[in-house]
Amino acid sequence: MIEAGKIGKEAIANKGWLMAHRYLILRRISQLGILAIFLSGPLFGLWIAKGNLASSLTLNVLPLTDPYVMLQGMLSGVMPQTAALIGVAIVVLFYFVVGGRVYCSWVCPVNMVTDLAAWLRRRLGLRASSQLSRNARYWMLGLTLVLPLVSAAGIVWELVNPVSVMFRGIVFGIGAGWLLIAGVFLFDLLVAKDGWCGHLCPVGAFYNLLGSKSLVKVNAVRRSACDDCMECYAICPEPQVIKPALKGEKKHLSPVILSSDCTNCGRCIDICGKHVFSYGGRGAVEVKLSGSNKDIQGGVKV
Amino acid sequence: MSESEKKNELNRRQFLGNLLRTACGVGLVGMGLGLYAQRAASLPAQVIRPPGALPEEDFLGACIRCGLCVRDCPYDILSLGAIGEQVPTGTPYFIARTGPCEMCEDIPCIKACPTNALDHSLTDIEASRMGLAVVVDQESCIAFQGLRCEVCFNICPIRGRAISLDLQHNARSGKHALFIPVVHSEACTGCGLCERACILEEAAIKVFPTHLAKGELGKHYRLGWREKARKGEALVSPDAEHHYNLPEGVQYDLQGKGLILEGEAVEKPVTKSPLDTLNNSFLDKP
Repeated sequence: MIEAGKIGKEAIANKGWLMAHRYLILRRISQLGILAIFLSGPLFGLWIAKGNLASSLTLNVLPLTDPYVMLQGMLSGVMPQTAALIGVAIVVLFYFVVGGRVYCSWVCPVNMVTDLAAWLRRRLGLRASSQLSRNARYWMLGLTLVLPLVSAAGIVWELVNPVSVMFRGIVFGIGAGWLLIAGVFLFDLLVAKDGWCGHLCPVGAFYNLLGSKSLVKVNAVRRSACDDCMECYAICPEPQVIKPALKGEKKHLSPVILSSDCTNCGRCIDICGKHVFSYGGRGAVEVKLSGSNKDIQGGVKV
Repeated sequence: MSESEKKNELNRRQFLGNLLRTACGVGLVGMGLGLYAQRAASLPAQVIRPPGALPEEDFLGACIRCGLCVRDCPYDILSLGAIGEQVPTGTPYFIARTGPCEMCEDIPCIKACPTNALDHSLTDIEASRMGLAVVVDQESCIAFQGLRCEVCFNICPIRGRAISLDLQHNARSGKHALFIPVVHSEACTGCGLCERACILEEAAIKVFPTHLAKGELGKHYRLGWREKARKGEALVSPDAEHHYNLPEGVQYDLQGKGLILEGEAVEKPVTKSPLDTLNNSFLDKP
């Protein structure tokens, strides 16, 4: 384990602060921006998007519907309207291209809460973490899909889903929902590292499956430049996805991070002082680096 | 057992142990969620769903909690339940006393619904049944005290049909009428305008979910006069003639003369003395 204070130092020194936080900043802009376009209507009367992440109508033309909640609805026996089906199709197609868990790292507001918990964990040096299985989220997913079939309360998961409680709460009024969000924060901080997003959240699990063959991926095409500083493992919310791509050269594994657990958050790209990682297609191939030009970035010697 | 076999055995144990742990944990979560859902799904009486809402059990399976109905309500009466409130999280509702449904003719909330949780086949707002208004408190409703009010009757968008005024005798004053509001379930949509308009501190007319507001006659029960009217004749044939148990020489005509004494003399003219009238029946008797 490396010291929290050290993480990112090299990247900042090599690339500058802004480039070492580029995707983090872009993700926050994306997450807050999505909230903003839903809030501008109720707050300032400027209607861009109506509804919330479950289903929305943007500029009165673009319908978007969350396939996960719609699936739960259909399991309890409802047939959606055409607009909702179009909305589902657009969302499914989008995440199939960019990666399912892009929802988690670029859209979901809970990500800001759990990222904060993870950051605080590193800062405070909290190592203790209970041994949850990362597969528990698929069990949770199964559970949330079975409940509408057996319960009279229909879409049961939506009664407590922290993702929708937080987003809907911010846009429509949250009531005591902050307690739930605080619970997720404390759980991630004190009980299990990346406990919610990385182990339990069925929404993430659904989008994980949705994007299991997605086209946009993070890769380690310059993996031969890796100097084993381990910072990417320390910062990654799903660190198990890195190793096959980063260290798989001898086993002739692809440099692309193929695991659909990867949220495409791009923190590894930011944090790496050696420019090992980048976004690319599913079929990206390794860039061979000779010994002398390992420090070359984009053709410019530094 | 060789080393590798031992290791495999350990791995298998570990694997099964982990699997069981996860399954049990998630099972517990499921049980908790199921029990919570059961409790959370019961609506308080003053919480009314938007027009066209499916029966509650179906509604909870169909509503994806997107809030598009809330946004498209021009009167902004709808809210979404939040955690800590007694309404299932994220589902739309209104409270009649503070913000009743204004019964838009084009029903924009239904049009906004992406899942048919608000039934798109409902196109006539007067056919919607959000609940049923009930005059819950005759003791405080001032119409029952003989005072003129009729605010609920006048505000009703289906005036005269959903709420009518029943004119009754005012026994207290002996000479005035009571203008009693009466709700008719075949026309009332449960919009709640009457409840908001009620002039009392606490409304005497309230909208309740229909299942709370309505009674139901036993299925076997028949009202004789209605059955008779429907058939056009008596159901028992021949129509039984009623026999009065009267002394000999006396008949009774219910809807005519009343008591008829056979052989009764022509009525005597009224005499001037009241005593004669009072003694009338005795004087003739032998």
